[in-house]
Amino acid sequence: MLLKANELAVGDTYEDVLVEDLKRTQLVMYAGTSGDYNPLHTDDVYCREAAGYPGVFAHGMLTMGMTGRMITDRFGAENVKKFGVRFTNQVWPGDNLTGKAVIEAVREEGDETLVDISLTTTNQNGEVVVTGHATASVER
Amino acid sequence: MSDDGIVFPVEASHIMMFRRSIGDYSVPDTGMEDAAAPPTFPRAVAQFDPDYFLRMKPGEEWFGSGKNPTGVAGKPSSSGGLHAEQHFEFVRPIKPGDVLTVTQTPGKSWEKESKRAGRLLFEEFVHEYRDEAGELVCTSRSVRVTTERPVDQG
Repeated sequence: MLLKANELAVGDTYEDVLVEDLKRTQLVMYAGTSGDYNPLHTDDVYCREAAGYPGVFAHGMLTMGMTGRMITDRFGAENVKKFGVRFTNQVWPGDNLTGKAVIEAVREEGDETLVDISLTTTNQNGEVVVTGHATASVER
Repeated sequence: MSDDGIVFPVEASHIMMFRRSIGDYSVPDTGMEDAAAPPTFPRAVAQFDPDYFLRMKPGEEWFGSGKNPTGVAGKPSSSGGLHAEQHFEFVRPIKPGDVLTVTQTPGKSWEKESKRAGRLLFEEFVHEYRDEAGELVCTSRSVRVTTERPVDQG
């Protein structure tokens, strides 16, 4: 069930566990669907022995995609108007990620009711990996 | 990316697989035929870009490992770019059956110094997604950062 405008108040906060113990296979799945086969995300040998990283790490777009579920689960993919993020730290296999969404505004624009949401995704060490904002239309 | 743009046919099964790959099980596989794509799906246009450099192509060297840690000789130890920012704006949702044409225009570029990765070069790219009627469906703004050295994990 999608949220409606009358169920939302500025400051309302939602938290979701986005992933626990992120698996390398999830990175492989994301490479396969997105088309981004960068060895930094798919090839541990390359990362360690050629690129200078401890191993593969997640596509930023995978973390953004998981973060986006905070919005699509509550407001519907078909109602997303804007979604933007900054990637602030890398995400590694084994990470646990928690998303936080805060309702920043509920407003009328034209004949639509829009909700503005701020987003923060944090790893198990409390490091922020993604910050962002989204806007979605909601039923009144 | 060619000047005329890339044609991106949007298919239900591609969206279904994409949804699984981000851990989105909100839509049952049997109800996928009409379901809107998740908002980060537009970047999957890479699958349809004939020149996309992060996909192996026949007859071209690939920088991932095989017999050796990298298939490219003389490659610097720090490689490629990282994604710094990504923004999407939708005029309407993307749905199965859409045939989008995607064009790219370069945006700003700037430099910054970082303790963890040396000199950083930021480059912005704007992509427009238009439907068969030429109507704008989505705009994507990406910022890529190329680091001087691998990001320090300390």
